Parts: sequence; structure tokens; C-alpha cells
Amino acid sequence: MDFTFDPDLEEIRTGVRDLCSKFPGEYWRALEPSTYPSEFVDALTQDGWLAALIPEQYGGAGLTMTAASVIMEEINASGCNSGACHAQMYTMGTILRHGSDEQKQHYLPKIASGELRLQAFGVTEPTAGSDTTKISTFAEKRADGSWLVNGQKIWTSRAEHSDLMLLLARTTPADQVEKRTDGISTFIVDMKAALTAGTMTIRPIKTLMNHATTEVFLDGVELPAEALVGVEGQGFKAILGGMNAERILIAAECIGDSRWFIEKAAAYSNEREVFGRKIGANQGVQFPIARAYAAMEAANLMRYKAAWLYEQGQAHGSEANMAKLLASEASWAAANACLDTHGGFGFAEEYDIERKFRETRLYSVAPVSNNLVLAFLGQNVLGMPRSY
Amino acid sequence: MSDNRRPGVPDGLDSLIMKIAVCVKQVPEATGQRKIDPSSKRLDRSGEGALNQYDVNAVEEALRIKEANGDQGEVVLISLGPESALDAMRKGLAMGADRAVLVSDAAAAGSDLVATSYALAQALARESADLILFGQQSNDSDGALLWAAVADRLKLPVISQAAELTIAGGKARAKRQTEFGYDVVEATLPAVVAVSDAINEPRYPSLKGIMGAKKKPQDILSLADIGAETGRAGEAGSRTEVLTLNAPPSRGSSQKIEDDGSAAEQILAFLVERKLV
Repeated sequence: MDFTFDPDLEEIRTGVRDLCSKFPGEYWRALEPSTYPSEFVDALTQDGWLAALIPEQYGGAGLTMTAASVIMEEINASGCNSGACHAQMYTMGTILRHGSDEQKQHYLPKIASGELRLQAFGVTEPTAGSDTTKISTFAEKRADGSWLVNGQKIWTSRAEHSDLMLLLARTTPADQVEKRTDGISTFIVDMKAALTAGTMTIRPIKTLMNHATTEVFLDGVELPAEALVGVEGQGFKAILGGMNAERILIAAECIGDSRWFIEKAAAYSNEREVFGRKIGANQGVQFPIARAYAAMEAANLMRYKAAWLYEQGQAHGSEANMAKLLASEASWAAANACLDTHGGFGFAEEYDIERKFRETRLYSVAPVSNNLVLAFLGQNVLGMPRSY
Repeated sequence: MSDNRRPGVPDGLDSLIMKIAVCVKQVPEATGQRKIDPSSKRLDRSGEGALNQYDVNAVEEALRIKEANGDQGEVVLISLGPESALDAMRKGLAMGADRAVLVSDAAAAGSDLVATSYALAQALARESADLILFGQQSNDSDGALLWAAVADRLKLPVISQAAELTIAGGKARAKRQTEFGYDVVEATLPAVVAVSDAINEPRYPSLKGIMGAKKKPQDILSLADIGAETGRAGEAGSRTEVLTLNAPPSRGSSQKIEDDGSAAEQILAFLVERKLV
């Protein structure tokens, strides 16, 4: 194992911190409960941070997964929220890996420059949550090769702030395929065109935190033949790779959140005096912070391992999932330790703790529930019976 | 600007194409505790280094001048320091500067103002820049003198504490901050200008800038490379000697007043007691 300090990554960290310093807590508080951080996302886009994973030939930075994850980590460690824009970084991966040359040439440079935002991923449906193969949104192939899509998606985040959507739809009914993962296809949808045509409706959903999530109704959305990404009927596999990348990046975001909570909690415990001494002198205050720190460091190792495997082109599914599991648990422990340390003040908006607390809570549930990660490990890695 | 440096460039265009040298310094991270090495009586520079904040303003100003001129010309960063100073200089390259020249030589270590200004002037003389920018001071030693010494050695006009800078017609025109307002000072180019942090809001490097910085020319030169005599640099060339160093005196006892509504009266009583009001 090589844990040598990497000056390149440090430069990225410094660069992201510099940018984030322009978006302090006041900025994020003013956006509550549901205003999209457009200025923040624009600044990241303009300076190329969200194009980190797009190869240089398409106008991106062509960075490694490790470096990309460092960007996300540093955003969250700076008190900002990557959730507003992380999908712009990885959703394009499906086009990069499975798209045609024409699709890559057409979309990737525009995504890299920010001219096109591809940060909506239409997968989950009201009646098909984690069980993706049960989706009922259907794309019907017409005689001229074009597609007609009908259905509904839910928890499609940033749909109102995206030009394109990567859409998962059935193209063969589930009862007509051998394997239920077959017959599902991936499409790139011009949302602006569908909205103008009146065939797509987006309805925002108010949530615990400011996350710009929505439900999307597709009522006769017409897609040209070239909207299909990859092989017809093989879309489920096409998106799986992207999901693992997402999990590594989100693990890094949780590491960033953990750092923010732990730093804040440790500083306050060294400052606040109650009963004539610093509250950090109490093990009841100190130990949860220390434990969260240990959990964060351990999760961080799994995050780097998953990123490394990804970069080597080796199987990384279980590591990506474990990284997300461990890091979201660490950030939740850190969030609670930070809130407990601050007592009543932690609940006051001006400390940003309650906001970050709500934001990091999401990652135990999304983009995949931690219970499903455990089920995956139990069944697919350890060979135990299927539990669901 | 002298015509002989820009052969073949039409007169009108010549006034737009400028070579700007920005003198920068790597300083310890502002957040870190500053420590003095008792044996050398020098600042302990072992920790994280950063580009001096005033120099970031100077780099920004240089880039703005270049951009205002249709991105023509060159911005070159010049520094004297250990090889690790290149890490800090890379931030300037990431912001957009074109290349970096670092004078790094064991014989230059421990240079005081006199010796530093000598080495920098030697390095600057090779560049023949039209404009030499400095941050007005470094936030480690806070001398705020180096630009004057360098200008003197190069026999160039100098404007200090520039809060606004305009380059036109072969002249630098600056608003110089004073206690009661501004002086407007003009100097014929080439000239040295030390900028204050009021002059601009520096940009932060973009990802492309950071990635591109690695590929930009970064030269490390010895004293011999810049034609400097070793005896005039480093400790040998220094005219000052640090005799002793002491930690700043403690502020003495202080009284903290928690505001329970009577803070104003308590402060007044404190001042009255000492016959200060």
C-alpha cells in the first residue's frame, strides 16, 4: 500500500477550497428551503471542476476517479453541498462507456463546457424503488425507429436544472424476457424539447433538505432513434457501472461531511466551558467525536481502494458499495457527535450544523439504501441466501 | 517601452504587448503558527507553504493587464527561495501566469533585504520586463521595502501601495493609497509597482488552470545562472544581522466583559478609572 502524499491531489484540494470559500454558510442558509445553488454550480462548471472525469479529448480534465472524488470530498468538507451538482460529474459516464462515437462527439464537449447539463437520472419509479427491474416506464419502438415513452419517475433530482436526462425504460415487457434485467434500455432525453412539447411534466418534491428533487411524468415523449444509448435491451447493465462511480463519489462526499463535523465538534469542545472546564474534557463528549474520526478514517481507506480498483479496470462493485455504506455511517456518527457537542446551538441555523446534519442523512438512504448494500454483501459476496 | 525589445512589431501594437514580471514569495500558511528556528534565527519554513497573499493580488493585476491587451504579452513569476517555493509559484501559474523563474541556491539562503534585492534584480535584469509588479509586503516578515530596493538597483521608477493601476501610452498610472485619500502617480515604463490588496479581488485557479500549470515552463536558476556573485547574496551579502529574537510581549492582564446589558457602563467606568476619558 502506498500512502505517499500526492501533491497533485493537494493542489486540487486547495483549488476547490479556494472556490468554496466564496460560498460560505450564509450563502447556503439563504437558499433554504428549496432554492437551487445556481451561482455555486455555475462557478464549479465554469472552472471545469464538474468535467473532471470527461477525457481531455472531449474537453474535460481527464482526471482519475480518486482525483474526482477528492473534488467532491473537499466541497463537502468546506461546508458546501455537492448534492446540487455531483451528477453532472458522473452521469455522462454511461455515454462515455456505452454511447456511440456520434453521441460522444455531440454531447461530451458540451457537457464538459457546461453548455449542456446532464444531471438528471431517471431510474426510480413510485412502484419500483430499489427493485429497478420492476420499472414500468415503457419506450415503444415505432416503425421509423423512433421511440414513444410513457411512464413516471420519482426522486429524479435536479430535473429542473438539467438539459438532458439519462432515462431508463423498458423496451420489452418483463414477462417477455428471459432475465428480468433484460429488456431495459437507456436513453438520452432532451428535456427542454419534451417540456416544450408538453409531453414531460416536472413536479418538485419538498424534502428534509434542499436537494431539488422531483417527480417526472412522461406522457408520450418522442425520442429519435439516436437517443438510445448502448444496446437495446441491455440498458440495465449499462447504468450499473455508472452507479458504482456514483457510490465512490458519494462516499467521498460523506468523508468530506465527516471532516466538517469532526473539525467543528473538536474545535467547539476545546472552546466551550461548562461547569468550569472545557466540555471536550468530558469523555461523553470526546469519545463520540474520536469514534466518528476512526470510522471516517476506516471508510476513507475503503473509498480509496474502491477508486483504485475502478481506475485499474478491476471489479469494484462491492468496494464501491462498502465505501458508501461505511462513509455514510461515519458521516452520520460525526453529524450526531457534532450536534450533541454543540447542544442547543447545534440546532440554531447560523451554525450550519443542522443543515449539514440534514444533508448528510440522505446518504444512508440514497443513492442506494445501506440495507441493500448489506443484502448485496450477504448474498453476492458471502454466498448467503437471498434475503429479499 | 523600448523598441529594440520588440523587433518587427508595428508601433501601434507595441504599446499593447507587454512583458510583466511579478515578484512573488512563498510564505508559511497563514493559518499555521509561525516559529523561529533559534539556531539560524530564521523563520521555520518546514511546514506548508503558500503564495504570499499580496503577491496573489499582484499576479491577478498582471493577468488583468495582459487580458485587457487581448491576452498578448507574457506574465512571468520571479522568486528567490528554496526549491519547494515552486509549489507556491504553481498557484500563480494555475491562475494564468505563463512561466516561473525561481532562483534557488544554497549560497542565497539567509539573504536579508540587501542581498535579496541584489539577487532579484539580477534575475529581473535578464527578463527586461516592461512592468515589474510586487505585492506591497509579504505576510511573514512584513518588510514592505523590497520593491524599493529592487527598483533602486535596476534604476527604475517605483510606485508603491497601488490601489488602482492603468497602463497606457508607455506609462503606468497608479492611485496610491494614503492616509487621507489617494495620490495619483505616473511613471514611464519600465517601472516597478507594488500593489496593495485593495487593487483587485484575485481569481481562484480553475481545474484546467491547475492541470495546465504543471506543463508551463518552471526554471530553477542558480546564482551563477543569473550572473550573481555569491559573495553578494545569502548571508555573505547581507548587511544586517539578527542578534536576538524574542516572542512578542504578552498583552498583560485583560478583563473580559460579558454583555449583560451593562457593558457600555462597565467600559466607561474602566476608562474613567484610568483617566482615559
